[in-house]
Amino acid sequence: MAIEVPRIPLGQWIEAGLDWLTSNYSMVTRGISRVTQTGIDGLNDALMWLPEWGLLAIIVGLCWWVANLRLGIGAALGLALIWNLGLWEPMIETLTLVVIATFVAVVIALPVGIAAALSERLYRTIMPVLDFMQTMPAFVYLIPAIPFFGIGSVSAIFATVIFSMPPAIRFTTLGIRQVPVELIEAADAYGANRAQKLFKVQLPLSLPTVMAGINQTIMLALSMVVIAAMIGADGLGSEVWRAIQRLRPGDGFEAGIAVVILAMLLDRVTQSLRKGRKT
Amino acid sequence: MNENRNVKIRVRNLSKVFGNQPKKALELRNQGLKRPEILDKTGQTLGLSNIDFDVYEGELLVIMGLSGSGKSTLIRCLNRLIEPTEGEIVIDGENIPELDDKALLECRRRHFSMVFQNFALFPHRTVQQNAEFGLEIRGVDKQERARVARNALHQVGLDGWEDAYPNQLSGGMQQRVGLARALANDSTVLLMDEAFSALDPLIRGDMQQELLELQNRMQKTTVFITHDLDEAINIGDRIILLKDGEIVQIGTPEDILTHPADDYVARFIEGVDMSRILTARHAMRPVRATAREDDGPRTTLRKMSESGIDSIYVTSRDRTLHGLVEVDAVEQAVKQGKESIRDIMTQDFRAVGPDEPLHNLFAMFSEKSFPIAVVDDNRKLLGVVVKGAVLDELARAAEPAQVGEKQVGEKQHDPETLAAAGDA
Repeated sequence: MAIEVPRIPLGQWIEAGLDWLTSNYSMVTRGISRVTQTGIDGLNDALMWLPEWGLLAIIVGLCWWVANLRLGIGAALGLALIWNLGLWEPMIETLTLVVIATFVAVVIALPVGIAAALSERLYRTIMPVLDFMQTMPAFVYLIPAIPFFGIGSVSAIFATVIFSMPPAIRFTTLGIRQVPVELIEAADAYGANRAQKLFKVQLPLSLPTVMAGINQTIMLALSMVVIAAMIGADGLGSEVWRAIQRLRPGDGFEAGIAVVILAMLLDRVTQSLRKGRKT
Repeated sequence: MNENRNVKIRVRNLSKVFGNQPKKALELRNQGLKRPEILDKTGQTLGLSNIDFDVYEGELLVIMGLSGSGKSTLIRCLNRLIEPTEGEIVIDGENIPELDDKALLECRRRHFSMVFQNFALFPHRTVQQNAEFGLEIRGVDKQERARVARNALHQVGLDGWEDAYPNQLSGGMQQRVGLARALANDSTVLLMDEAFSALDPLIRGDMQQELLELQNRMQKTTVFITHDLDEAINIGDRIILLKDGEIVQIGTPEDILTHPADDYVARFIEGVDMSRILTARHAMRPVRATAREDDGPRTTLRKMSESGIDSIYVTSRDRTLHGLVEVDAVEQAVKQGKESIRDIMTQDFRAVGPDEPLHNLFAMFSEKSFPIAVVDDNRKLLGVVVKGAVLDELARAAEPAQVGEKQVGEKQHDPETLAAAGDA
């Protein structure tokens, strides 16, 4: 004897909400779209304007400078391979998306993370939201992105920002919260006000942790940008996507390896930045 | 220290309740209940209860108690790192508990520097930048604060370490940085929270000595927290003994040792080495006879035999000490028919100031058997200390506290010879 429980139309509600947002805020979304697209194109063009060997030299130099010669050599070999495989342009497109998405995510995450560290109430409100953002399957963000921003790179950035932001917020909050109480007490004892405490003690001391969060954000952004090929984002992801559709495992692995190389470079560079700051 | 008794901080009726129903706890307190009963009945912890004391300008006040006695709470109430529940803390006419946020910051910047038990140095700042912290917070311009901080680092003996980071320094040096940070700030009051407790005993002794020297030079009003009575006695001008959030006794180290207010204090001071607290002044006896510089040997010999002594101090009319003559030398001078004792006078004796700890006198006695001369800053002879008197004084001081007999016994190697060493 089954009891008839009406199905909750959760999906319909969400769609109605999204439709409402789309129709009422299309001005806003279109504005965001235009600005973001300009940013993407600008950065992309700048990176493509440089000759391959020029950019390669710059990246290798950067790796050498922030880390060591070994990373520099690794970068040279990896990038040369990508160039050789003819994946240079998609690699640049992917890099552009990662850089912009990370930039936007960090710009939002830092103040939110700081605020959450300083206010217990905000902390308790924001943590479940972050859990939601991180555990919701990444693909789902792609769907509403399309009505908001259309098919293409801007939607990819939107979904990527949402997916990759939580670690930056979490680590910022954690970093500030784990500053030893006696240092806070010392700052108080000498009459530091809130801003002085934040900028002279809490932020500098949490910097290594914040950098770890940004590193995580970059890694998540890279993985999401690849997936975003499904909604028409350019880059290495679209190479993989194409290989799937044509059933060409060779092409797929080539693009995949390029993603791995890019990921390792980004990871090692940001990690050395983090360690370099810690004297 | 007695000539300068301006009150710098006046603390009256200060209480602190930890918990969310402070009123209830204070009510019970007023009915005469103590900390454990209040905790049982209300779940509130009475951290401090009815604390009254003054901190005088320029003194080094030690607040001492065991852990849980409320000493850390007390020092943090002074600059409101912990909010007092009731009472007043008046510094230069300002009642600290009533200050609003802005005035409180101002008050902390102007009046209080703090040195912490675990140093609390900023690991991301160099030694120099740590020392500059207080000035930076106050908005002092860059060059000025660099200069002041460098000077403070010089004061604590850290020249050349300006660009090091705290983790490159030993514990003792780190606490010097902590001290420099406090000194550079040039606040009117120095708060030291178990500042030397984390250091090993040797370094600790050095730091205490240096603090005393700094204190001598700068006359900074200092409130020093410790759980170590030896430390309290060593550095304190006055000591406040705290127990279960209440003051048990306030007094000079000597008061506390010789007249403990109750059993608690008496138990506390067991094991304290009295010879470090009592000074030459306590064991000093008036001089029975002195010779004048222009006395002849015969006169001198007579003075000595009248008093039954075999050495005598030579002074001028205003009691300025010039030297000492021994009976053998005088007798010889008499035989040789010398006119004056000037030639046979020796400087081979010990003279100390009245504040010299008795502890330091033992070593001097083992070198020479002459009584030790006690002189003031102008080398006027105030009195003499003989070995027997030192031991008498130690034994007497130890009595009220029922301690010290063993130590005294150990030092009293051979009472007979000591007594024979003579009296002046």
